[in-house]
Amino acid sequence: MNGQLVTVYVPRDAAALSVGADAVAAAIRAEAKARNLPLRIVRNGSRGMLWLEPLVEVQTQTGRVAYGPVTPEAVPGLFAAGFLEGGAHPLGHGLTEAIPYLAKQERLTFARCGIVDPLSVEDYRRHGGFRGLERALAMRPAEIVAAVTESGLRGRGGAGFPTGIKWKTVLDAAGPEKFVCCNADEGDSGTFADRMIMEGDPFCLIEGMTIAAVAVGAAQGYIYIRSEYPHAIATMRAAIKLAYAEAWLGDGIHGTAHRFHLEVRVGAGAYICGEETSMLESLEGKRGVVRAKPPVPALEGLFGKPTVVNNVLSLTSVPIILDKGAGYYRDFGVGRSRGTLAFQLAGNIRRGGIVEKAFGVTLRELLYDFGGGTLSGRPIRAVQAGGPLGAYLPPSLFNLPKDYEAFAAQEAMVGHGGIVVFDDSVDMARQARFAMEFCAIESCGKCTPCRIGAVRGVEVIDRIIAGREVEANLTLLQDLCEVMTDGSLCAMGGMTPIPVRSALKHFPEDFTRTPAPLAAE
Amino acid sequence: MNARTPWSAERAKAIIAGHRHLRGALLPILHALQEEFGCIDEPAIPLLAQEMNLSRADVHGVVSFYHEFRRTRPGRHTIRVCRAEACQSLRAEDLIDHIRRHLGVDLGGTTADDAFTLEPVFCLGNCALGPAIMVDDTLHGRVDAARFDAIAAATLAQERAR
Ligand SMILES: Cc1cc2nc3c(=O)[nH]c(=O)nc-3n(C[C@H](O)[C@H](O)[C@H](O)COP(=O)(O)O)c2cc1C
Ligand code: SF4
Ligand code: FES
Ligand code: FES
Repeated sequence: MNGQLVTVYVPRDAAALSVGADAVAAAIRAEAKARNLPLRIVRNGSRGMLWLEPLVEVQTQTGRVAYGPVTPEAVPGLFAAGFLEGGAHPLGHGLTEAIPYLAKQERLTFARCGIVDPLSVEDYRRHGGFRGLERALAMRPAEIVAAVTESGLRGRGGAGFPTGIKWKTVLDAAGPEKFVCCNADEGDSGTFADRMIMEGDPFCLIEGMTIAAVAVGAAQGYIYIRSEYPHAIATMRAAIKLAYAEAWLGDGIHGTAHRFHLEVRVGAGAYICGEETSMLESLEGKRGVVRAKPPVPALEGLFGKPTVVNNVLSLTSVPIILDKGAGYYRDFGVGRSRGTLAFQLAGNIRRGGIVEKAFGVTLRELLYDFGGGTLSGRPIRAVQAGGPLGAYLPPSLFNLPKDYEAFAAQEAMVGHGGIVVFDDSVDMARQARFAMEFCAIESCGKCTPCRIGAVRGVEVIDRIIAGREVEANLTLLQDLCEVMTDGSLCAMGGMTPIPVRSALKHFPEDFTRTPAPLAAE
Repeated sequence: MNARTPWSAERAKAIIAGHRHLRGALLPILHALQEEFGCIDEPAIPLLAQEMNLSRADVHGVVSFYHEFRRTRPGRHTIRVCRAEACQSLRAEDLIDHIRRHLGVDLGGTTADDAFTLEPVFCLGNCALGPAIMVDDTLHGRVDAARFDAIAAATLAQERAR
């Protein structure tokens, strides 16, 4: 490539675009033209420091230098300050890699995200891409599965099931036809890591899925992406096309006899389709009604065939495990939670974004050291960890280490790693009501405790909020939660009581307030 | 900008034919039909049943299961506003109240001039830069009342410029 051409990076990640990255890229191009300065603009993924987006980086002799959040109006000033040579400017943050938020992370899964051009196979290769697959292609299927098992990798979609054990079930299943399905439904509020890696490092997902296919003997794969993610859908489709063109997908992968075909399928706005059996029904073109288990999808999955269903982050963690070895990955983490997780700091948080850390990091470190407290500047009163079915936790539990077992002991869950922050203006009775409302709207309708229970839950909480027979209704609510927990087929109805009960347990005062007199507004 | 082509059985048949080779083709076909016509028209149900060898009840069941498939044409633009927890923590409910007042529609409604259909959505994957909305396929973060008014005005201005 042209040696003297300065490279400027402006993210194409949807979050960056949502605060004007396209306009910033256009302003940089126009200003460079006006000043007759040739430069190359790469539209990279996001580094995950979302409060700094649009985060513009310039390649200099000493490394990439960061500026952000950049507005189109700030662009002439950046040129005047000599930002193309890394010049000082009020929006400057010095070397990107030295920004503490990033420097303190352990980026294994997200190692390339925000660094590479997401749609360049060449760039992917230059940064270690496809090395894991090359290794896998030279291994026997059982060896690949053993490596994934030894790494300690557990499903990142929420349930935390050991990935290697799931793969072994599919490998051992008989049948000429098997599938690998990636769950990219990412419906949990407060989570965006699947989206970010699909937009920032799509070949990593293709590589992980291909390794899974080689390991279990599948020839066809699907990525089920929610329709709310048009950018991720477009990026994945473009990357798949490029991978086919360079023989990383299709018949005869990378000159071997292995065959793997991959297709993107788009959801249609149903949260329950993130539940794996509902997703399989949806992929088959049906209503997304949850299936009873057993049989598990590993034995009878898509079209009744043995199927690997894994979350995006599980699959994108596989290439580095094959490349650097199971032990390398396993050395991160604590207890039975091995490796790293891409935590997502969301909601009312000053420095929101992706923090990839080994398991064992505490909520406090994530919320304050990384997150910097609330965006509003008020005290944090509660966080919801692990999505809409996750517990609301008070500050007294912020020393909890992020670890599947430690969280489970508190009736909480790590889930997909999302952490939603609320300040002291939050009304926890309203949040509990929302949990029930969400379940009522999104229930697949198969079982009564969930379908009807959630509707009743909303009504009961409404009565509590209105101050009507509070004691009796609180008892009724507890009973309802018990029925839903015990009688639901899947975690939608079965875990909706978790946010409700945790709100009741940790914030009881919000349920016994005398209602405010009807305000004028 | 939403496509809002009037129903054409011929065009629908061509779309179905173009996707029928896919396994589990019904969802991709429904997406393609909605992309063309703006919604799943009533005659699409018997047509799909016939072409896909399904009962009408089956097709109807699938269409009605998914929040995204509409039965009536939307306005020229769809505004999807996030109602989920991360956006709630930044007062998305206040923003939604503002939007409803500004446009004079409820969630699910279409403005009298047919410019906007307002829909609730649970999470747009922009939870660190909330409150978030999506106008057609364009995502916006850190949306407050003033920024919403500017985005709505710019959407209409762009339309006139075209
Ligand atoms: C209501 C509900 C919603 C879910 N949503 C998702 C989702 O959006 N993405 C996901 O990967 N897993 C989701 N799951 C978990 C999946 O059922 C499944 O455990 C997961 O896809 C398996 O992949 P993993 O082992 O790699 O985590 C959901 C589960 C339930 C009960
Ligand atoms: S718990 Fe709810 S979402 Fe799950 S199967 Fe039952 S009705 Fe469907
Ligand atoms: S779903 Fe069957 S009970 Fe909730
Ligand atoms: S909660 Fe609103 S974008 Fe995720």
